[in-house]
Order: sequence, then structure tokens, then C-alpha cells
Amino acid sequence: MPHTHDVTVVGAGPAGVAAAVEAAEAGLDVALIDAAAQPGGQYWRHFDEDRARPEDRRGHHGWPVFTGLRDRLYVLRDAGRVHYLPGHQVWLATRDDAGTFTLRVTPTVRDPEPAGPGHGGTGHDGQDPVVARALILCPGGYDRQLPFPGWDLPGAMAAGGVQALLKGHRALAGRRAVVGGTGPFLLPVASGLAHAGAQVAAVVEANATLGWLRDPVGAVSAPGKGVEAAQYAATLARHRIPYRTRTVIRAILGDGRVEAVRTVKVDREGRPAGPEREIAADLVALGWGFTPSLELPLMLGAATRQDVDGSLVVEVDDLQRSSVDGVYVAGEATGVGGAALSVSEGRLSALALAAALGRPRMDPGTNADADRNTEAAGNTDADGTTDGNTSADKSAASGAAADPAGIRRVQARIRRGRRFAAAMHRTYPVPAAWPRSLPDATVVCRCEEVTYGDLRHAHAELGATDARTLKMLARPGMGWCQGRICGYATAGIAAWLDGRRPTADDLLPLSGRTPAVPVRLGELAALAETVTADPAGP
Amino acid sequence: MTYRMTFRGTDIPAEPGQSVGAALVAAGIVDWRTTRKEGRPRGLFCGIGVCFDCLITVDGTRAERACLIPAADGMRLGDALETGDALGTGDALGASDDGRDRATHHAEEDGDAAHP
Ligand SMILES: Cc1cc2nc3c(=O)[nH]c(=O)nc-3n(C[C@H](O)[C@H](O)[C@H](O)COP(=O)(O)OP(=O)(O)OC[C@H]3O[C@@H](n4cnc5c(N)ncnc54)[C@H](O)[C@@H]3O)c2cc1C
Ligand code: FES
Repeated sequence: MPHTHDVTVVGAGPAGVAAAVEAAEAGLDVALIDAAAQPGGQYWRHFDEDRARPEDRRGHHGWPVFTGLRDRLYVLRDAGRVHYLPGHQVWLATRDDAGTFTLRVTPTVRDPEPAGPGHGGTGHDGQDPVVARALILCPGGYDRQLPFPGWDLPGAMAAGGVQALLKGHRALAGRRAVVGGTGPFLLPVASGLAHAGAQVAAVVEANATLGWLRDPVGAVSAPGKGVEAAQYAATLARHRIPYRTRTVIRAILGDGRVEAVRTVKVDREGRPAGPEREIAADLVALGWGFTPSLELPLMLGAATRQDVDGSLVVEVDDLQRSSVDGVYVAGEATGVGGAALSVSEGRLSALALAAALGRPRMDPGTNADADRNTEAAGNTDADGTTDGNTSADKSAASGAAADPAGIRRVQARIRRGRRFAAAMHRTYPVPAAWPRSLPDATVVCRCEEVTYGDLRHAHAELGATDARTLKMLARPGMGWCQGRICGYATAGIAAWLDGRRPTADDLLPLSGRTPAVPVRLGELAALAETVTADPAGP
Repeated sequence: MTYRMTFRGTDIPAEPGQSVGAALVAAGIVDWRTTRKEGRPRGLFCGIGVCFDCLITVDGTRAERACLIPAADGMRLGDALETGDALGTGDALGASDDGRDRATHHAEEDGDAAHP
């Protein structure tokens, strides 16, 4: 029988690290599983810690917040209070009748490098299931994509992937870049590329404005974000990077790899409304916001809803509890809203769980510090100086975090973060008419090479009027990526062909996946054996 | 120190700590496999292990994600052409297991790699 933890946290991004640290400091016996080799998730992705250089923190916001959390995590790990399992993916999550959760894991990379500070060394062989009485799922998400001609040419990448290469690998994916899609995230990507020495030929933004941060709701909700945006605007100006609003990339051109993009002015709905322009480039960074990883919550039966940005997210209450008893969800999986919000949600889920288990914090002496260190994610600039607006927050945040008032303070911060996120999503929607001028030959599903024409055919000739039927008949989302890349777009196309806006019902059939990651047949076979051998098993 | 890897006969330098995919694009190589139906070229897309576009053969082991595999000195990349057919359909179960076990694979790697 494997050891039963109080809680297993999945994901070591901003939400998961905060949750694991908070839960362990409250006295819970914690396991933390993360696919990445070192903590930080997407926001605080960084070069191999064993080979760090001071300039690796460039472009990182709230870096001291991260290192504060990471230090606490490593102390707790070394003290045996967090069983930290980096470099492992959870591919199956089950809950038995007694409410105990079993997670099956597989190494992310088959031959992981030997242990170092950030590389485990827990002695866990990675194949044993991880068992716990509760779960805090913090799986984050990935760039949301819309297909168009040429988006699968080599040299076209997800904006987050371009950023990940810069932050995590000190690698520049091209010399002359165009960054396109929608949302504030295009700015750090363009600015990161420029800093790394690429020429950024244009940032192409489908929506109208940078001015939303002047919106009182947005600015008050997210102290610090205004400063961050101003820094990016300054970088764009310094490098003379054109920022073209109400413009989309209509096609990527090139023979076997990216050579140019064709952009066009659009109206509010995304309909062409002006002349086209061709821009030479060898790298295109694409992003239409982010969309959460829902496979684990869905596998356990958690209820979902459609968020303001149109993505499917897990429904949680004001203590981060999902509809499944014992399953808390925090971070992007409950709605995309940035790293600071993810940290707060991670903390709240841990505090709420600890309170539910009647476990007070064990280290009252560190509370004030802990609050100070975890709250300012995204509100602190790269040098660690905080913005004026956050200091009030911080002095208010000292004191025992597990007491009801502490929980209420985190909840208030989360409400502010959500308001900010909603304002952001309303400013940067995916244009409603995006599929309008797609040529039939456009590849929608990159894995199985299902085209827009195939989907139109399945709709018109075979009567596939909803996403589920479309997926069954035309088979988009059935390849290696399990629909992660084309799922959102396919749901949108299904609705578009049917003359309506996509709903949760369109998104749901494209969001679940079992197993949660592709696994080797041997692992499935081994699971089948344990299940047969152990009737009390999952 | 700089690691040296080879990609189909070409020397690929890598900074220790980089992924195989990062080293390839830094060397100007942006695609290393083709799709099953149309033979379309594929390289990095999501950059974070989600899309599986970047599958590559590493020291004889097929279908590894180039964006996740850490570069290592003496690594041989892309020995198999990774056409879609060889990869199978994936059909969400990653039916790519070529039956080689990990221990064997390690031994061969150690034997091959030129450690100065
Ligand atoms: C590629 C990328 C780059 C980004 N860069 C930035 C940026 O520069 N600036 C910015 O403001 N925002 C960025 N974002 C948005 C960013 O994701 C959020 O602001 C923030 O990181 C969310 O934190 P989180 O803890 O909710 O999730 P994440 O940071 O996404 O962390 C989730 C973690 O869970 C792990 N995980 C997921 N599923 C499993 C599983 N089944 N088994 C094991 N582990 C699992 C993931 O590997 C990951 O480490 C980026 C997003 C992406 C996708
Ligand atoms: S680039 Fe997407 S999985 Fe490697």
C-alpha cells in the first residue's frame, strides 16, 4: 500500500507552489507533482537552476516572490514535509468510494538528468501511484490558437512557446519576428524578443486598445499591472516596434518555412476592413490568450463553466472547491487571470483545506513574512522594487493567514483579480467572425491534418451540427496532442457553421482526454495488471 | 563548456541546460519531421510539451518531444526520418513504444558517446 498524503498538489506553477508551501506550513502532509523539471510553471519559467546566470531574471516580474516561494518549498522538501516530484506527468486520476485519490504518474522525459537541487532526488521511482485524501489541481494552461493559412509552417510558434524558449532555454527562435493575435501577453513576448536581439517587425493586435488599463476598474483591480504595461510600451517605443491594432495576420507565407506574413485591418468582429500588407519575417509568435488544461478536473467529474474569455474553466466556490468532494482547483484552470491571481488562489485552496481538516498553521512566526512574500506576484518589477499601490495591501496582510480574517483577505484579493481579468477579457475578445474567410485548405487539426474544408463537409453533408459529432466524423483533435491545440478552434468552427456562438457544450467534448497525457502501452498494461491483481484498487 | 550533438550529420552546439529543440532552432534548423498524410514539415510549435509537433528520434529512441528533452553531449538527433507513418497515428495513446527498454538504451548511449 503506498503512503497516503493529506493532499496532492498537481502543478508547480504560481498556483501550485503557493498551494503546496501554504499547505505544508499549515501542517499538512503534502505531495507536489509537476511535469516540469523545476518549479515556476509558465510564468516563472527559467533556465536550468544549476546553471543560473544573473541575467536569467531579466523579463521576469515578481522574481523575488518566486524565489521566496521556492526557498520555502525546498526547505519543506528537505524537511520531508513536501514530497516533491518534478519531471512527472499525472496521466490518470481516480477517486475511490472512500474519497481517496490515486494519481498515476509517468516521467515527462524518459531519461531525466540525475538529481540536482531542482531535479527531485526524492528517491521516488516515479511509477508508484501517488495517493492522497484531497487534491489541489493547479495544471495551468497553454496558448489559445486560431488556425489560418500557413500557421503550421515551421517558424510559426505559440507566443508562449517563443517566450518559453527565451526564458527557459536562452534561445531565440528567429531573427525577424511578427507577434500576432490578441491580448496583453503579446507585449512581453515582443519585448523579450527585442531584448534578445531579434528585430520585431510588428505586433499585430486584433482588438482596439492598450488603453484599458486606464479604465478605473482594471487599474484599481490590478495594482502594478499599469507599471508593467508602461514598461512594455517603453520597450516597444525604444525598439521602434510598430503596434498595429485592429489588425490580424491573415496568412503566413513561405515555402517549407515562414518567409512573410500577410496582415489585414479588421473591424470589431474580425471582418477584413482595409488593405492587406506583407511583412517579411522568419518567426511568427501567435497567441489568442490562454486556455486551461482541464483533463484532470474533467476526469474526476468536476463541473465546468464558460468564462468571460470564452474558454471552458472549472467552476469553483469562494474556497476554490470544485463540485467534486475533496478536489480543490486553483490558477488558470479556474479562469485565466495572470500569475498574481494564481498565487492567491493556490494559497486560498491550501488555507481552506487546512481549515477543513482542522489544521492550524504550525509556523505562526513566519506568517507576516509569508504574506509579504507571496502576495506581490506581478506587482513587483524585475528589480524587486514594489509599486506604491501594493504597500497598503501588504501591511494589511500580516497576521495569521489561517484565521478567518486571513482567508477573507485572500478572497478579497481574488475578487479584485477576477474583476481585473474580466476587464482584460472584455477588451481582448477573440473576434466573433474569425472563421469567416478561412479557405477550405486551412489545416485546423495539425496532428491529423483535418482541414476547414473537411469540417465544412462533415457539417454540410454529414449533418455534424455540434462539436461532438464533428469530432466523431471528421476526427479533429484525435491525434497526438489530443485536441489541446485545435480544441478551442474546432468548437468555434462547429458553432460558426451552425450560425451561433460557441457554448460550454461545444467546448466540453474537446476538453476531456483520458489518459491525460499520451502514455506508453506498457504503462496501460501494467495498470490493467494491478487492477486485476488488487480488487480493492482503483 | 558547449555540448556537441549531431543532427543527420550536422554538428549542433548546445548550451548545457538547453533543450534539444532550443539548440536546433538556435542553429537555424526549424523542422525535423513530416506529417503522415501530406508530408508537411514540423518543428517546435507550443514549446512546452503540449502539441507533439516536435517529435524527434534521440539516440535511437523515437518520438521524443524535442522541446522537453535536455541536450546532452554526443547526442544523436533525428536518425529516423520521423515521417508520420513511422510515428503511427498517436490516437491519444502514444502507441510509439518501440519495445526498447530504458536500461538497454542507456547502455548503448554510454557506449556510443564520445566523452573526452
Ligand atoms: C507557454 C506559456 C508562457 C507564458 N508566459 C507568460 C509570461 O511570460 N507572462 C505572463 O504574464 N503570463 C505568461 N503565461 C500565462 C501564465 O500561464 C500564467 O500567468 C501563470 O503561469 C499561471 O499559473 P498557474 O500556476 O495557474 O499555471 P502554470 O504556470 O501553467 O503551471 C501549471 C503547471 O502544472 C503542470 N501540469 C499540468 N498538467 C499536469 C499533469 N497532468 N501532470 C503534472 N504536471 C502538470 C505544468 O507542467 C505546469 O508546470 C504563459 C503561459 C504559457 C502557456
Ligand atoms: S513544441 Fe509542442 S510538444 Fe514540443
